Amino acid sequence: MNIYLIVFIYLFLNYASQNEDGSEVERTSRFSTTLPGVAHVPFLTPAVVQERRPLIVAVMSAAASGTSKAAHGDVAAKRKKGPGALATAYLVIYNVVMTAGWLVIAVGLVRAYLARGSYHGLYYSIEKPLKFFQTGAVLEILHCAVGIVPSSVVLTGFQVMSRVFLTWAVTHSVKEVQSEDSVLLFVTAWTVTEIIRYSFYTFSLLNHLPYLIKWARYTFFIVLYPMGVTGELLTIYAALPYVQKTGLYSVTLPNKYNFSFDYYTFLILIMISYIPLFPQLYFHMIRQRKKVLGHIEDYGKVE
Amino acid sequence: DKHLRAQSKRKPAKKTKKAVVFFEVEILDAKTKDKLCFLDKVRHLVLFVSDPQWYPARQSIRLDPKGKSLKDEDVLQHLPVGTTATFYFRDLGAQISWVTVFLTEYTGPLVIYLLFYFRVPFIYPPKYDFTTSKHWVVHLACMCHSFHYVKRLLETLFVHRFSHGTMPLRNIFKNCTYYWGFAAWMAYYINHPLYTPPIYGEQQIRIALIIFLFCQIGNFSIHIALRNLRPPGSKTRKIPYPTKNPFTWIFLLVSCPNYTYELGSWLGFTLMTQCLPVAFFTLVGFIQMTVWAKGKHRSYLKEFRDYPPLRSPILPFIL
Repeated sequence: MNIYLIVFIYLFLNYASQNEDGSEVERTSRFSTTLPGVAHVPFLTPAVVQERRPLIVAVMSAAASGTSKAAHGDVAAKRKKGPGALATAYLVIYNVVMTAGWLVIAVGLVRAYLARGSYHGLYYSIEKPLKFFQTGAVLEILHCAVGIVPSSVVLTGFQVMSRVFLTWAVTHSVKEVQSEDSVLLFVTAWTVTEIIRYSFYTFSLLNHLPYLIKWARYTFFIVLYPMGVTGELLTIYAALPYVQKTGLYSVTLPNKYNFSFDYYTFLILIMISYIPLFPQLYFHMIRQRKKVLGHIEDYGKVE
Repeated sequence: DKHLRAQSKRKPAKKTKKAVVFFEVEILDAKTKDKLCFLDKVRHLVLFVSDPQWYPARQSIRLDPKGKSLKDEDVLQHLPVGTTATFYFRDLGAQISWVTVFLTEYTGPLVIYLLFYFRVPFIYPPKYDFTTSKHWVVHLACMCHSFHYVKRLLETLFVHRFSHGTMPLRNIFKNCTYYWGFAAWMAYYINHPLYTPPIYGEQQIRIALIIFLFCQIGNFSIHIALRNLRPPGSKTRKIPYPTKNPFTWIFLLVSCPNYTYELGSWLGFTLMTQCLPVAFFTLVGFIQMTVWAKGKHRSYLKEFRDYPPLRSPILPFIL
């Protein structure tokens, strides 16, 4: 019966971006962030990156010379778009740390594979950093809410929470699926995606985006997104029998709050929701790719 | 593709010494900024679109592409434009009348709840089909819920005076999903064979019923008071004040007491049924009403210099 809650949330997210008179809220992309396994749409277009240059000068020179940012602060304040110098510094640190974290996971996977000689059960060797860094992405919702990142709070929230859901409410909670190969499938997809995505953001903030990173961000998803989605769906599917058997996270009637929740049905509905969502996001990314990489002759290498 | 035509009515020149102001008018598309038409020597401007599918309710003419629409009553001479006026035309999309939307979205919960109350087949296990609950609070809850929506339907037909005639068509799907969905979700549990009545029994139910009825009367009083502010057919806005009816005295403390009473009614219903989905519905409704109340409060403050400072949007002194 709690399908209504899920349907409501899904529809609310879809309709949340409309004004009272029905006009669409101005936005460049239908979903500015994406489902698990997908590279984010950039929150910075090349135009915004160009505008950011004086800000970066302020950060770099302040860091180099140790002088106060006041002299360049005026220049920074005059720029309409983009966070302040302090916020930019924080975001650079955040993105560097996240890049490093996912690199740790990548290295951990490779080392474990070499040590064991098989793909089986590699989850256990990277379980802790995976939980830490994937959960840390919740900060990105805060970044949008505070305004230092121009993405939508609702959409970023949706994307991050779906990842967190898979990490904690499926993989962590249902121990029997942890040895499944599907887990390795989505963890690998996430790892490669996130390394590219966070380094993309880092370089963009520093206004020094190598074309290779931009190309990777807009090309790897073609394989990584379906790969990640497959891994996730197989993992949820593998968890189903155990959830049904143990009644995990489920509440039955009668009880004094007159409420019930069936986690098994909920998981099935989650799986079904991939059907409308996946194609939309995937083809949106393909359109973004044409738009961003199609302009290569205009920008060339951004130095 | 837009068959937008503008006519400038030319009145015969009067033999007075007063200078006559002529306007130049151009109309652009709000999104593409394409020039749709241009007129000069305009004194009175009447705009209409010749294609009948672009009925007036879905046309929006505005001075700024992202600004608010001009009203039907606006006069060219009184607008803040120079002698060259630029208007932006925007298509608001298919429209539907507020009355239609309200009637549809309120009839749904009324009917749907009753389906669950009478335990129509395919909802609960077959042995319970067409049975009735043994708890009298379940019957009381059905009466309260039904009364609430019948009241809303009657108010829509006879009490409310709407300032906007229409809203976008897609709103009816969004609103009906919300009302009908929540009604089904609540009704399922309240009328369930395994329903558990409130912990504190008769006492809890009695207090809840008093709160519910008090707030229903209060909500109705506010709707009547708001209706009486506005003469039939007019769209004027005035500050609402307390009347002789004690239920309206809350206007001293709150800008939108209709929402305050609505919250109170649903809190009463939650207490009466002790049902978590009802609590969720109350919470979501409260959030939405707070957003609306804050908006209304802000526009009151903007429009009226002498707006009473003691008032809060929805909860006295709190919110």
